[in-house]
Amino acid sequence: MEIFEIVIYFILLGLISTAIRVVTTSNVIHAAISLVFTLALSAILFLILSAEFVALVLVLVYIGAVIVLFLFGIMITRAPLGKNAELDNDKNKKMGAAISGSIFLLFSYILINNFDGEVNIASGSSTELLGEILLTRFIFPFELVSFVLLAALIGGITLARKDEALIDKDQV
Amino acid sequence: MTEVLIKVGLLAAVALNGAIIFTIMDVKGASWMQRRPGPLHVGLRGFIFPVAEILKFVQKEDIIPTEVDRPVFKWAPAYVMVSCVALFSIVPMSPTLVVADLELGIFFALAISSLGTIGVLTAGWSSANKYSLMGGLRAAGQLIAYELPLILAVVGVVIQAETMSLVGIVEKQIEWGVPFVVGGQIIGFLIFMVAATAEMMRVPFDMPIGESELTMGFMTEYSGIRFLIFYISEYMNMFILCAIASTLFLGGYHAPFLPTEWVNFYGPVVLLTKTAILGFILVAVRWSQPRFREDQLQNLAWKILIPVSLINILVTAVMKVGF
Repeated sequence: MEIFEIVIYFILLGLISTAIRVVTTSNVIHAAISLVFTLALSAILFLILSAEFVALVLVLVYIGAVIVLFLFGIMITRAPLGKNAELDNDKNKKMGAAISGSIFLLFSYILINNFDGEVNIASGSSTELLGEILLTRFIFPFELVSFVLLAALIGGITLARKDEALIDKDQV
Repeated sequence: MTEVLIKVGLLAAVALNGAIIFTIMDVKGASWMQRRPGPLHVGLRGFIFPVAEILKFVQKEDIIPTEVDRPVFKWAPAYVMVSCVALFSIVPMSPTLVVADLELGIFFALAISSLGTIGVLTAGWSSANKYSLMGGLRAAGQLIAYELPLILAVVGVVIQAETMSLVGIVEKQIEWGVPFVVGGQIIGFLIFMVAATAEMMRVPFDMPIGESELTMGFMTEYSGIRFLIFYISEYMNMFILCAIASTLFLGGYHAPFLPTEWVNFYGPVVLLTKTAILGFILVAVRWSQPRFREDQLQNLAWKILIPVSLINILVTAVMKVGF
């Protein structure tokens, strides 16, 4: 048990240092790769808490799709290879610190208040339960969220394809 | 602990050897279809070829250009390799001969396989080369587009098998008596194979590499051992995706008319035979088909494969509930 705890502290240390690196580095790609490690380490934390499904969703959706889209976005813009001084924005540092500090306090309060600072590791399979709850008790919010996502998707397409004159009818 | 180490060792051995066998198959298939004498007749009928290839890459200098983003450039092949080896850990060779029979097996595979994309993209970006950048961009567009039909094709199998564990999926096919490719998932199988070929970036979907127009795409600046890692990973990925396809759709380690109590002995042979047959089809496609155009590739994914796989899910779900 002792070794296990030491491992967890190392993971947390890595998580915090990579997370700090995401916002402090002035190289966009380094920030994106640090974000990959941050997400991977949080996935490992979820695995330790035996929330396998959440861990895998984190890897599939965030590392596999969101970060890939980030990288895609960086590549199609003219971001310079190496350091970019414009990435540092000094104006909003105070506001950023205030917001992140208040979010940290809020989350800590919720976690400590509800779980008494104790970690409950679920035993057995939680995925089946999760699916069942999603499609019975939470069916309405679940459907609502998918509807909102669909609306966002259609909105994105309408915004992106507004200029019809530029589209070559033979090519599409 | 020892058991875990043995399993990891065996895993790396099988995955690497699978990659080498597939390399041999690809090169020999090419020379057989295109009358190239080298890999067919030279040196132990061409079987010495992979050894020569590996020796060649190992003794080459590992050149790192001055302009590249060094840490990113150096680590890019590692992501690709890790995702390939981790993928193989869930493929069952028999009910017990598997590194980890996860409850979320196939979901794990789909999640981990996306890690390789990061390696390809960062390789393309950090090389400080326009060919690499173009290759990386094409790879990104392609891998995003074809991950969806790959996942959606698997959903049909999961609905039919009522489980995501790969051993569970094979056991369900044994219970049914026919593999899923015959028992209703033929469209799913075809979509899976097309999407998997695109994920492997093989012909006819090899635009990210496209040697005639992009030199070597995202791998242009790599040489020596780092290039070898990309090269081996490509075949490892091909081997593993074929193994997963045979497990999901072709009954995996199960063969009819053989006594089930001996499955630990014939299971690996059966699975590898099915994998090799799928691999041979990919080789035949590679050496007889031209490359797609970029817009044709995107159209195929978004306008044909994804709608068809959604219909496949719908039909499978209706059949599941109705019968």
